[in-house]
Amino acid sequence: MAETAVAPRLELKGISKRFPGVVANDHVSFAVPAGAIHALLGENGAGKSTLVKIIYGVQGADEGEIVFDGQPVRIGSPREARALGIGMVFQHFSLFEAMTVLENIALGMDEPPPRRELEARVRQVLDTYGLSLDPYRHVHTLSVGERQRIEIVRALLQQPKLLIMDEPTSVLTPQEVEQLFTTLRRLAAEGCSILYISHKLHEIKALCQSATIMRGGKVVATCDPREESAQSMAELMIGGSLKALSDKSGAAKGEARFVVASLSAPGEPPFGTSLKDVSFAVRSGEIFGIAGVAGNGQNELLAVVSGENQRGVSGSIRLDGTELARLSVGARRRAGLASSPEERNGHAAVPAMTLTENAILSARSRMGLASGGVIRAKAARDYAAKVIEAFSVKATGPGAAAGSLSGGNLQKFVMGREIMQNPAVLVVSQPTWGVDAGAASFIRQAMIDLAAKGACVVVVSQDLDELLELCDRLAVINEGQLSEPMAVKGISIERVGLLMGGIHGAGQVGAKADTGTGRAPAEKKHLEPAL
Amino acid sequence: MSLMRLESRRQESRAMMLAAPVIAVAATLLVGAALFTLLGHDGLGAVYEIFVKPLFNPYRWQDLLVKAAPLAMIATGLAIGFRANVWNIGAEGQYILGGLAGTGVALATLDMTGSWILPAMLVCGILGGMAWAAIPALLKTTLGVNEILSSLMLNYVAIQILYYLMRGPWKDPMGFNFPQTAMFTADQTLPMVVPGTLIHLGVPLAAAVALTAFLVLARTVTGFQMKVVGLAPRAAAFGGFGAASTVWIALLAGGGLAGLAGIIEAAGPFGQMVPQFPTGYGYTAIIVAFLGRLNPLGILLAAMVLALTYVGGESAQTTIGLPSAATGVFQSMMLFFLLAADILVRYRLVSGRPATVADTAANPAAKAEPKPKAVTA
Repeated sequence: MAETAVAPRLELKGISKRFPGVVANDHVSFAVPAGAIHALLGENGAGKSTLVKIIYGVQGADEGEIVFDGQPVRIGSPREARALGIGMVFQHFSLFEAMTVLENIALGMDEPPPRRELEARVRQVLDTYGLSLDPYRHVHTLSVGERQRIEIVRALLQQPKLLIMDEPTSVLTPQEVEQLFTTLRRLAAEGCSILYISHKLHEIKALCQSATIMRGGKVVATCDPREESAQSMAELMIGGSLKALSDKSGAAKGEARFVVASLSAPGEPPFGTSLKDVSFAVRSGEIFGIAGVAGNGQNELLAVVSGENQRGVSGSIRLDGTELARLSVGARRRAGLASSPEERNGHAAVPAMTLTENAILSARSRMGLASGGVIRAKAARDYAAKVIEAFSVKATGPGAAAGSLSGGNLQKFVMGREIMQNPAVLVVSQPTWGVDAGAASFIRQAMIDLAAKGACVVVVSQDLDELLELCDRLAVINEGQLSEPMAVKGISIERVGLLMGGIHGAGQVGAKADTGTGRAPAEKKHLEPAL
Repeated sequence: MSLMRLESRRQESRAMMLAAPVIAVAATLLVGAALFTLLGHDGLGAVYEIFVKPLFNPYRWQDLLVKAAPLAMIATGLAIGFRANVWNIGAEGQYILGGLAGTGVALATLDMTGSWILPAMLVCGILGGMAWAAIPALLKTTLGVNEILSSLMLNYVAIQILYYLMRGPWKDPMGFNFPQTAMFTADQTLPMVVPGTLIHLGVPLAAAVALTAFLVLARTVTGFQMKVVGLAPRAAAFGGFGAASTVWIALLAGGGLAGLAGIIEAAGPFGQMVPQFPTGYGYTAIIVAFLGRLNPLGILLAAMVLALTYVGGESAQTTIGLPSAATGVFQSMMLFFLLAADILVRYRLVSGRPATVADTAANPAAKAEPKPKAVTA
């Protein structure tokens, strides 16, 4: 690469970085030409994050050289990186929840212009790249997907020469992903190089011209993803063969066990989404999907179903005929309703607590980890160890702090903690968000296995591919309303996309009207073809 | 610009967690000595008088234990709430109300005898403290009123109730018009556990309370609840721990133990109720709770340290003429340095650059802040 006539935009030469006990990067070298979209692939812990932090000046390399536009550079801080023209969209957002979108963008800039001018520039970027975002909304009211858009706008405002995107599509609809890709392709055509970090291999195949695959801190391959199969790249990435999900056809049988009827709840003021008359029924052994763009009531639905939010809730939630809607979180768990919210850190798990303590958090009553108000420490430790073992969680043991686990491993633990309680219903949101391919397929298999034992599984996800792979039927949530369920077999992706778009896209009034009418009979009709 | 900078730790440092109080006490002694020297006193002498000399005097030890007992008791109750981020600043008022409730029992039973009287006083003391703490709890859970403000303001109400009772209905008719109650009878006073000393039943009781609280916090679901709510409120809701029940548990525990400390003081060292009853224990206990790392065992130690500032400060007034405010100055410095030292639990000091992951990735504020001016060479 070095001998090409034009110097590459970015070239890494023998970058190494060591942490106590780990070599995060071991002589990593590759180059990204100007205007290229280059993928950086690897499992969690492969060293991708450390590498991009070095490029973005967050961390210093122990060894090696960074060459930018033919000039060897030392990037000592993100500010210096931005001055060079390097922009970055982090996987974990750096946002102040109590401030507006615009204020957050201004805070992230080195020399923010006056508000009026900044707003004009923000709106221009939003228009140019087709991103929908209200500059005056407070961040705490935004969904994950919307928050990500702030980060993207922030980076684009700097008119970068190299844009680093860390797992950008994990929360977008197919249309939004397509939109993002259009944006990125346009940026690349304008000469901006893009370093694209992802696990989603088919996206990389669709978007990138070259890819560097990392494993254990080293570069194991550089390839053209358009010429590789997803399977071959995945195997390079995990250094082994990937297990295919077991066939789940014919798993869904029996009566409707878990029935949610006319569930309504006011949204958290001032911007939360209200749930409006949500109804669905899940049969024994069925995996039911709820698709939708972030921020359309998914979190609200989960909080109402799990019992975390009971304010102003009307409607019914029945499990095997028992009404759960008036019960507390703990009582619902004892009745067999397990849940796992979207956010792992601080919601599904407490980062500062050990895995044993995190096991107590939601498994104490069903697994007998406490009796008479006293914690049974040994039982809790044993259960945590069992989860670690059965879900191959990489952790030093039950005493490890949840915060010390990688995202994928913590998610495996959280899912394992719920699934091993043998719930009658499992309601999960974004079960594989930000999780590497190996862990994601493991988690999906675990949900399929749970359903095969006769449980009902409800998966709320913004990853449509995941839902199509997992579910027997799915419905789309938009603005707090749930569409009629559709059997996944023979489903029209376009229709799902339109339902997901709802009012976000123009001219989909017809699709929206569908959601309001005749839901109950429609649902019955759809039950039969799915059988 | 400086050569030293703070770098985020991957995990909270346990060693630092334990070292911070020691650092804080050491810094208090050093800065205190310097401060009083600058004020024209013998600074080193002052530190020696307050913090060292009482330790070599067996009589002072009795005093230390007697002063540490209410501090430890109140701080234990506060720590339960502080763990769950329920900030009860009203221990002083709860202490007063506890003392008053117990005194009420004593005044009603002046003519009676029986071993049931003292336990009845203690129980009513606990209930009195709880009742006072229930007001901020109710306001918080029904109307969302900030418990810091409501509990703090109730302290002043409590003092006025005390003054009213002392000057009005509860004034000792045989007391030459002094604003104080009658002396408690033998059945209404705490017995001494070591005969011939000042050490009353409250001292072992405080130790027992702390040990019990330690076990409750470490082993029970309620203790777990307080911890989860403090660390991650949303996870607590997910785990089925209601926000309201947490507020009630926190305030009732804090109020109950402050009330118990109140009646123990009234039925112990005071032997009656007087307008000088509130001595600031309810505020000092906040420092004790933090210095003891919100851990009841640590609180026992911290209570001794703060008791030392009272006992030593008192004697330093007479021996070297230090102002009585010196005690408060030392106590405040201790809290101040503790809060400052606590930053080292989550950050470490490193020299110079480079920037770190957490500075920019986890904390957006840092993004705009670290101006790389430290370009060396």
